[in-house]
Amino acid sequence: MALSNVLETPASGFNFDNAARNSALEGLFGGGQTPKPLKTGTTIAGVVFKDGVVLGADTRATSSEVVADKQCAKIHYIAPNIYCCGAGTAADTEKTTELLSSNLAIFSLNSGRNPRVVMGVNILQDMLYRYHGQIGANLILGGVDCTGNHLYSVGPYGSVNKVPYLTMGSGDLAALGILEDGFRPDLELEKAKELVRVAIHAGIMSDLGSGNNIDICVITKEGVDYIRPYLESEYRDNRKMKYKYRPGTTPVLTEKVVPLKLEVVQETVQQMDTA
Amino acid sequence: IVPVAGLCPQGAYGVQDSLRGGFSSVKNELLPSHPLELSEKNFHLNQDKMNLSTLRNIQGLHAPLKLQMEYRAARQIQRLPFLQSSHLALDTLRGSDDVIGFEDILSDPAQSEMMGEPHLMVEYKLGLL
Repeated sequence: MALSNVLETPASGFNFDNAARNSALEGLFGGGQTPKPLKTGTTIAGVVFKDGVVLGADTRATSSEVVADKQCAKIHYIAPNIYCCGAGTAADTEKTTELLSSNLAIFSLNSGRNPRVVMGVNILQDMLYRYHGQIGANLILGGVDCTGNHLYSVGPYGSVNKVPYLTMGSGDLAALGILEDGFRPDLELEKAKELVRVAIHAGIMSDLGSGNNIDICVITKEGVDYIRPYLESEYRDNRKMKYKYRPGTTPVLTEKVVPLKLEVVQETVQQMDTA
Repeated sequence: IVPVAGLCPQGAYGVQDSLRGGFSSVKNELLPSHPLELSEKNFHLNQDKMNLSTLRNIQGLHAPLKLQMEYRAARQIQRLPFLQSSHLALDTLRGSDDVIGFEDILSDPAQSEMMGEPHLMVEYKLGLL
């Protein structure tokens, strides 16, 4: 149905039509009851070691006080040699990392080169600054490219930090303490993995928003080792993942078949005018 | 919360068209309901202004003039307003044909749920409305 009050096609991109409605509704709710977006109250950490980068994350996604996802995957794929851990609003980190991955893929197809970590960081910085922090994505980008092993953190307002070890999320202070104490330049692979595991574990123990399993992603010049889960939590319940019933669970008592008799009453042929 | 310009009803005299648009409130016209509403509406315009003024300062008046002439030519070869145009020439000139942003994923006009009256849309575009 064509509407007569639509005089232009709506602009693409973000649509702010509901913002006025939301602010009016907030007054009606009487404070504190509006539905909150799904956040990943998180601990994520990254460490640069001798041959590459190790990224670690927990797997809990919370929606206010309820655990919404116990097996959330927080380490996102950006390029074959670049991975990104995301903390903050879950949808924002997902979509932003997917956009970044698509842009880097287009670039590498256009130019025939492998993408570099610093390109990803620049694209993210421009994108997040444009939206002035309304996109709640705290990201740790790590990767190995022709210029070396790099680890960057990008904040929601577009701030960038380049350091050899990083943590982000609600459990970042606990994890950072472990990294500050245990980090040395040029660690070996097993020591780096152990350090990241202990850091995420500290975040899980000290922060309510982090928990369940620990995922680790090791990126080296040879390739990527995405270990999911690296360490499973001891407190798992024994629920089966699927609640499907076998065929034959419900017994058949009686069966009655009534065939429907249909006969052709009238047939008309209308030819399409394809001139 | 600072009142801003740019949210008033469009049109020759800035008067709200109550028959089509419904009633308006002064508050909606003065204050943006979302902090990003205005900056997103004018994002490309502002970016172009900034880039072209830098270009003028570096290379002289001819550079932005030539580029703007090409943009205008590309902008004129669109379909009628109620149909989808691909904007291919415009995208190629800007360099946004190999970049994906939120404007390519969200609110795709090709999948918009509201359809406008074709005659009214053409009249609006020609300024006859």
